[in-house]
Amino acid sequence: MLLRHTTKDIKERKSLTINPAKTCQPVGAMYAALGIHGCLPHSHGSQGCCSYHRSALTRHYKEPIMAATSSFTEGSSVFGGQSNLIQAIDNIFTIYEPEVIAVHSTCLSETIGDDLTQIVEKARDGGKIPEGKHVIFCNTPSYIGSHVTGYSNMVSGMVKLLSKSTGVTNDKINLISGWVEPSDMREVKRMANLMGANFTLFPDTSDVVDAPQTGSYEMYPKGGTTIPDLIASGDNKATLAFGKWATEDAAIKLENKCKVPFEATELPIGVRATDRFIMELSKLAEVGIPEAITAERGRLVDMITDMQQYLHGKRVALFGDPDQLIPLVEFLLDMNMKPVYIVSGTPGKKMHKRLEELLLPTVPEAKFQNGKGADMYLLHQWIKNEGVDLLIGNSYGKYIARDENIPFLRMGFPILDRVGHSYFPTLGYMGGLRILEKILDLIMDKQDLESSEPEFELVM
Amino acid sequence: MESILKGRQNQVLTKGTDSHELSCDKSSLAGSVSQRACVFCGSRVVLYPIADALHLVHGPIGCAAYTWDIRGALSSGPQIHRLSFSTDIKEQQVVFGGEKTLKKALLELISAYNPKAAFVYSTCIVDLIGDDVESVCKDVTNISGVEVITVQAPGFAGTKKDGYKVACDSLMKLVGSKGTNETIPNSINIIGDFNLAGELYLLRDYYEKMGIHIMATITGDGRVDDIRQSHKAALNIVQCSGSMSNLAMQMEEKYQIPNMRVSYFGIEDMSDALYSVARFFDSKEMMDKAIELVGSEVRDLLPKLEFYKKALAGKKAAIYVGGAFKAISLIKALRMIGVKTVVVGSQTGNKEDYLTMKNLSDEGTILVDDTNPLELTQLVKKTNTDILIGGVKERPIAYKLGLGFCDHNHERKLALAGYKGMLNFAKEIYATAMSPVFQFTKNK
Repeated sequence: MLLRHTTKDIKERKSLTINPAKTCQPVGAMYAALGIHGCLPHSHGSQGCCSYHRSALTRHYKEPIMAATSSFTEGSSVFGGQSNLIQAIDNIFTIYEPEVIAVHSTCLSETIGDDLTQIVEKARDGGKIPEGKHVIFCNTPSYIGSHVTGYSNMVSGMVKLLSKSTGVTNDKINLISGWVEPSDMREVKRMANLMGANFTLFPDTSDVVDAPQTGSYEMYPKGGTTIPDLIASGDNKATLAFGKWATEDAAIKLENKCKVPFEATELPIGVRATDRFIMELSKLAEVGIPEAITAERGRLVDMITDMQQYLHGKRVALFGDPDQLIPLVEFLLDMNMKPVYIVSGTPGKKMHKRLEELLLPTVPEAKFQNGKGADMYLLHQWIKNEGVDLLIGNSYGKYIARDENIPFLRMGFPILDRVGHSYFPTLGYMGGLRILEKILDLIMDKQDLESSEPEFELVM
Repeated sequence: MESILKGRQNQVLTKGTDSHELSCDKSSLAGSVSQRACVFCGSRVVLYPIADALHLVHGPIGCAAYTWDIRGALSSGPQIHRLSFSTDIKEQQVVFGGEKTLKKALLELISAYNPKAAFVYSTCIVDLIGDDVESVCKDVTNISGVEVITVQAPGFAGTKKDGYKVACDSLMKLVGSKGTNETIPNSINIIGDFNLAGELYLLRDYYEKMGIHIMATITGDGRVDDIRQSHKAALNIVQCSGSMSNLAMQMEEKYQIPNMRVSYFGIEDMSDALYSVARFFDSKEMMDKAIELVGSEVRDLLPKLEFYKKALAGKKAAIYVGGAFKAISLIKALRMIGVKTVVVGSQTGNKEDYLTMKNLSDEGTILVDDTNPLELTQLVKKTNTDILIGGVKERPIAYKLGLGFCDHNHERKLALAGYKGMLNFAKEIYATAMSPVFQFTKNK
């Protein structure tokens, strides 16, 4: 019992997080930046931050994750990191030759008050940014929000520093992607192409963090949204931002800056959220919904129908990020399951409100909390008080799953102990099928393993 | 693309070709994709295996989240070290200070987990906002009766190596705090092994077979009370010199405990370690037992290695690891299974280490300090390397290049120390060097 210290007795903890259901902003900014073609993310802070984020992403994707660091010293933390960043920009363009450097700050550089706008301006004036190359940046103080906030801030940085309006509107829409896997971004592109939509997806980490094995190492794999496409996003006719927590801010900034109208939806996870996404996509891109998409939806609904007896009333505990959790809760409800416990370390009142809307009518006993005090220790305590049939979350759920003998579906970030998330989507109707297949495998494997000999069934 | 960064030319040299001394102990250039980490990281990896202590990270959530149970340092008993505790400081604390938060967190945790001691890691931002962590720790020690030790580890205050020193300073606060000053005969402390994949269990067994009493294992499978009494040991055996020789030095100064640097990787170094300890205690009985142990292990192992040696003959390896002492052992261990080392480097080696490495290496071997992925890629290409030995960030690069890979860092899944470890190492190198998957991509 690794978590043998977890007690049933729940006390309010004022100033302590045990086993967090979140991490800090910069890793999100780093991941978002990898979705730009030819981009080298840069961490403006101590070396450790950069090393940790690269390791975290490397473990999650089993891919080389490159990023540079300002390598703060005692001196830079007293006198400011300006000279470090200017030297870094110079070194990076000389040695690593990226198209763009995406700088994010850290708690350290934020607290000493480094002004990224002014430093990058100074680098530009000093001729450190070669013609045709770009430096974008965003502020990601680790003591505000969570990794999701960092992702959002970097996506907004792309809009703020790259998107331009020439006054001539393109017959194209922007798809701004929330924090999802490269497989999901690929799936969104597949669906949009199937519908005949003309679009730019950003950020787009497919073909970046799921690069094929070729025998040679490409520092900048072929994927990622190109700089010309990002610049032209200001001329596109509309924006569909999916995953509000990670993208809505960028969509708003794009509207303010370039007058591109937008809709923001939840991540297309499950039947209804995907329906809404497809409808919006159809409306904004002015394209129809082809039979092929409708058939995919039908197949998902068919599998839910076929297997409903195994899903009915199953109690589920979930942890992770709001963008995933909200549509996932809706999906579980549509499958007649009971999402009873939900925690997210990411703060924000909207999540609570939305979960209330979803859960009160059918699962009034559900407990959910996000932000302060919402960690996996709390989730475990709830589970100890009344058990669940399924746990969904990132790899750190495995301790609870093992101690309490709960089938465990890995979804979210980070996944350190299984593969597949890079390649098989959980978005869209096809992604829904995969989630459902995994849930059924887990529930039915447990039943097979634990049923008595006479009750052990061949046909299920 | 220039393969070596301007200003790094002196940190790379080819034996037999270059005449300059390898420059090291330098901080990484701003803008480099360094594989190095920070002071906090160094202190955390050293202290974290102490399994019955509480480890509270005082700072924003990231520092705790990224160090949450990511290293396989096994404990045979308590598992508190595998949980993640953070004060998770927010803007409010950045503005008004985090001392109150820290105090509350400590008191709550101590009452819930009843640890033997607590370590509080003070991160970058805590140092900047000027929290008096030391006095909070003292205060909580007085209230709770559990010793709370400050680990002054702001990330920017140096490299990972400086973090090792910080950890040693913190450990010194425990050392000697229990028991008399009487030295226990034939006793040692095993310092600098972190019990990755249970390696310490092997070592403990070897030493115990020789009739040696083990006072404390620092910090692998570590226990607070053992460390408190570790000053009673007659000898400190230090592995992984990079991280913990400083502790041995401090213990020598304060408690006159002599120390010995050893390595447990490869037959030669493992056997040397056991013989040296027997020689130190000047005991014929101990030496006889060591000879018997080494003899029986080696007789068992050598025939098994023969197969791998034949199969691997002529293969070339590149080594890029954290500590230099490990790199040195690896050159020897690889040689034993017929593999030639063509590139060798470390994140934290010093002048002396690199000199040893150079002497041990073949002509043409390239030595490198604090390298980066681009440079490493060029070096392995240039030397036609077959296998890379490194850590988490090097693995996917090796694979992308179609090279075999062995994690000799904290993500090793099999014990690589000792005689059993040597066989595991040979098996792992063989398995990866011969993997049929590379037929699909060999790009040479």
